[in-house]
Amino acid sequence: MELPKKTLILFALGSLIITGACRKLLPLAPKDEEVLAGTIPGLTPAQEHEHLVADANFGQVFSKADGLGPIYVQTSCANCHVGNGKGHPSTTITRFANLNGGVIDYLISKGGPQLQNRSIDNYPVELLPAEANVITKRIAPAVMGLGFIAAMSDQSILDNADPNDTNGDGISGRCNYVDPTSFFIPQNIHQPNSGKYIGRFGKKAEKVTIQDQVVFALKQDIGITSDFDTDDLYNYASGIYTGDNAPDPEVSASFVNSLVFYMRTLKAPPRRNEEDADVKAGQSLFYQVGCTNCHAPTFTTDKSDIDALSYKTFHPFSDFLLHDMGSGLDDGYPEGGANSYEWRTPPLWGVGLAKDSQGGQMFLLHDGRAHSFEEAIMMHGGEAASRRDLFSALNDSQKKQVIKFLESL
Amino acid sequence: MRKIALYILVLLSSNLLEAQTDSSFIKRVPVDTSKLKMNMDAVYNRPFLTMGKMPVSVGGYLEANSSYFGTDGVTEGLSFQIPRLTVFMSSAIKKRIKFLTEIEFEEGGKEINIEFASMDIEFHPLLNLRGGVIMNPIGAFNQNHDGPKWEFISRPFSATTIIPSTWSNVGFGVYGKYAQNNFVWAYEAYLTNGFDDQIINNTENRTWLPASKQNAERFEESFNGVPLVTAKTAFRHRKIGEIGFSWMGGVYNKFEEEGVVVDTKRRVDLVAIDINSTIPKLNTYINGEWVWALIDVPGNYPEQFGKKQRGGFLDIVQPVLRRKMFGWENSTLNIAFRTEYADYNVGTFTDTGGNIFDHVVAIVPGISFRPSQQTVIRFNYRYHWNVDPLGNPASRTAGFQFGFATYF
Ligand code: HEC
Ligand code: HEC
Repeated sequence: MELPKKTLILFALGSLIITGACRKLLPLAPKDEEVLAGTIPGLTPAQEHEHLVADANFGQVFSKADGLGPIYVQTSCANCHVGNGKGHPSTTITRFANLNGGVIDYLISKGGPQLQNRSIDNYPVELLPAEANVITKRIAPAVMGLGFIAAMSDQSILDNADPNDTNGDGISGRCNYVDPTSFFIPQNIHQPNSGKYIGRFGKKAEKVTIQDQVVFALKQDIGITSDFDTDDLYNYASGIYTGDNAPDPEVSASFVNSLVFYMRTLKAPPRRNEEDADVKAGQSLFYQVGCTNCHAPTFTTDKSDIDALSYKTFHPFSDFLLHDMGSGLDDGYPEGGANSYEWRTPPLWGVGLAKDSQGGQMFLLHDGRAHSFEEAIMMHGGEAASRRDLFSALNDSQKKQVIKFLESL
Repeated sequence: MRKIALYILVLLSSNLLEAQTDSSFIKRVPVDTSKLKMNMDAVYNRPFLTMGKMPVSVGGYLEANSSYFGTDGVTEGLSFQIPRLTVFMSSAIKKRIKFLTEIEFEEGGKEINIEFASMDIEFHPLLNLRGGVIMNPIGAFNQNHDGPKWEFISRPFSATTIIPSTWSNVGFGVYGKYAQNNFVWAYEAYLTNGFDDQIINNTENRTWLPASKQNAERFEESFNGVPLVTAKTAFRHRKIGEIGFSWMGGVYNKFEEEGVVVDTKRRVDLVAIDINSTIPKLNTYINGEWVWALIDVPGNYPEQFGKKQRGGFLDIVQPVLRRKMFGWENSTLNIAFRTEYADYNVGTFTDTGGNIFDHVVAIVPGISFRPSQQTVIRFNYRYHWNVDPLGNPASRTAGFQFGFATYF
C-alpha cells in the first residue's frame, strides 16, 4: 500500500494544471447563428430552466419499456426534427386514405391516417391496407420559432387571405378551417368559423395549436399515448389490444405540455450575412419577383402568457395560408379543408441551415424531393407559376443572389 | 451482493493494516516479467501479496482521476472520479488447481461487479479447465483491462461500447498453451451465458452491446438457453510480439416463449484482432485492437439500429526517460498517443443510398510517469468527434484528464 506523498503532491499539482489549463484547447461553441438551438430572448431564469428540462424530453429516446409502439415511425422527436432542424428522407412519414368520388376516408379502422412502418420486436409492422389509394409522404420540418407563430392572432393570418383573388395578383391564399381537437382550449387570438378553427401548423395547416401537433406526433410518430389521447396504436391486422403492454397513458399531460413549452420557447432561426451585398440584392429580388406574396416577411404577435412572446415582430417568410401549387406538387391527399394540390406556405426562416441537419445535402419541399433552392423554386406550380417564371427569367448572377438570400435565412 | 463485497473489502483492509506493522508478514508475490506472458495470462499476471501463512494472495488496483471536459463550448467544469477500485484474491487450492476472483467497485461503489471468479484446473499445459465467472476473451482489452497497465485514463470506445468491456459471464471452457523456443501458441474456448435483447431495446437509439451488462440475471440464467461461444487463438514471439484472433457469437433474442416460437434466432457475432509489440532498441510499445460486430437486427427496426459495427484503437507508448527520478529507482517517463474509432452503424440508408455515419473518432496524446511498473501517474488530453447517423457537423468534445492508477 505505498502511495507516497510525492505521488499525492503530483496529483494535486496536476489537478491544478487542469483547472488552469487553457480553455483554448476545448472545442468552442458553434456560432449562435450557425445552429438551430437556443431560447427566445427575454425568458426568465425559471423559463430557461424549464426549456432545458423540456429539451431533454424532446430528445428522449423511447424504448419498448417506455411504451414505444407497438408500431411507430421513430423513437424520438429529435430523430426526425434533427437538432430542431429539418429531417432526413430516412425518417419521412407516410399517410394514406381512400378517396372515392371526392369523399375522403382516412381508414381509421384500418390503421389510418398514418403508416407506422416500424415496430417493437415480435410485433408486425403496419402495411398499407388494400383500400388505401392515396398516399402522401412528408419530411420533417424545422421546429424553430413556433412560439411566435402560435402567438399571433388569426386576424393577422386572415389579413393576407384572398381566397377569390380580389386583388388580382394571381395569388389566392386561403385558410384551412379544421375541426378542433377534444382538448383544444380557444384563446383570444382565435376566430372560429362555424365551429371550425384556422389551422396554422403542419404542411397543409391541418393543426390549430402546437399541442395538437405534439399529441398527434407522440401517438402517430412514436406510438406514445398521453393524457390527451389514451388509446394506443395497434396493428389492425393483429387486432385491438395487441401491443406494447405498457400502461396507458404512457406519458402525462405535463410531459406533453413540457414539449409544447419547448417548441414555444425555441428562438426564431438566426440570420447570417444579413449585410452582405449579394444577400441584400437577393432580398430585393425576392420582393420584386413577388415571392413575398406567399412567403410574407413580417408578422407581430399578440399578447402572450409568455411575456417574451408578447407583441413581438418576427420574420417567418410565410403567410400560413394554403395555395394551389399545381399538379406537380399535388399529392392526391386532401387534409382538413385543404385540397390535395394545396400546401401551406412553409416558413423559410432557418432554411439556410437545412444542410446542417439533413446530412450535408438538402431535401426541400413537403417530401424532400428538391435537392437545391433552385430545384425547389422551379417545382413551384399553380398559383406560384408566375413568380417561378419571373425567377427563372432572372440572369444567373441575380438567381445566385436570390439563393444567397435564402442561404442567409 | 454489495454487502458481501463490502465485507470482503473490510476484511482485506484490516488484514493489510495489521500487516503493515510487520513487514515480514506481508510479501509481494514475484511478478513474472518474462516476455512469454500473453494477454490471456493477464488475470494471474498481477502483483499479489501474501500474508503470513494464509493460503490466499490478494491484490487490487485503484484508479482515481480528475477531468475537465467541454463539448461544443459547454463545459461541466472540473470533476474528480474514482472510476474503479478493484480487489482480487487468488489461491492455489492444490497443485495445479487455483482460484481467482476479481471484484470491482465502480464509481465509488455505485456498482459492484464480480468481474471474474473462477477455478482453473490444469490437466496438461495444453488442457486447462476453467469454470465460474470468466471474462470472455474477445479482443485483448477485455481480459487485460487493469488501469495501471495503461497510459490512458479512459478506456477505448471500441473496447467498451462495441466489445462491452468488462464483459464477464458465467460459464466454463478450456484453454491451453504450447511454447517452444521463442514462440508460444495459445488457445481459449468457452461457453457462457451471453447477450439479451437489450442490445436493441435500449435508450441509446442504436445497437448497443453494453446494454446487456444491465442484465445481472445473466449470472443466474441464460436469456434464451443458447450459450455464447467465445474462442481465441494467439501467437507470441518473444522478440516480435503477440497477435490474437478471437470470435464471440451467440443468439441474443428470445425466439421461444413457453415453447412457442415467436421469432427467428437472431445472432450477434464479434470478431477481433489484437496485436502488441515492443520495437527493439527504441522500446516503443505498440498495442492495438480492432473489432467487427455483426448483429441480426429485425427488419422492423428503424435504420439507426446498426447491423454492423466496427472499431478499434492503436496505442503508441514511447519511454523517453528511464532512470532514478524523484528518488524512485527505475522510474519511467513515457509519451503516449492513442487513436481510436468506433462506427456503430456500418451501412447505407435505404431511401437515399447515403452512408449511415454514427461514428466517433478520437485522439489522445498523453504523458505518463511510472515510479514503478505497478503505478502510473498520467496526464491525457482527449479530443473526440461524434458524428450522428446523418453525417451532420460533428459534435466535438475535448478535455484534460489527470490521475493515477496503481496496484496495491
Ligand atoms: C417520424 C418523424 C417525426 C417524429 C418522430 C416527430 N415528428 Fe414532428 N413532424 C414530422 C413531420 C413529417 C411533420 C409535418 C407533418 C405534416 O404537416 O403533415 C412534423 C410536424 C411537427 C410540428 C409542426 C411544425 C410546423 O411548422 O407546422 C411540430 C410542432 C412537431 N412536429 C413536433 C414534434 C414533437 C414534439 C415530436 C415528439 C413528440 C415530433 N414532432 C415527432 C415528423 C416527425
Ligand atoms: C403561391 C405561393 C408561393 C409563391 C409565390 C412562392 N412560394 Fe415558395 N413555397 C410555397 C409553398 C406552398 C411551398 C411548399 C410546397 C411543398 O412543400 O410542396 C413553397 C416552398 C418553397 C421553398 C422550399 C421550402 C422548404 O422548406 O422546403 C423555397 C426555398 C421557396 N418556396 C422559395 C420561393 C421563392 C424563392 C419564391 C419566389 C420565386 C417562392 N418560393 C414563391 C408557396 C409559394
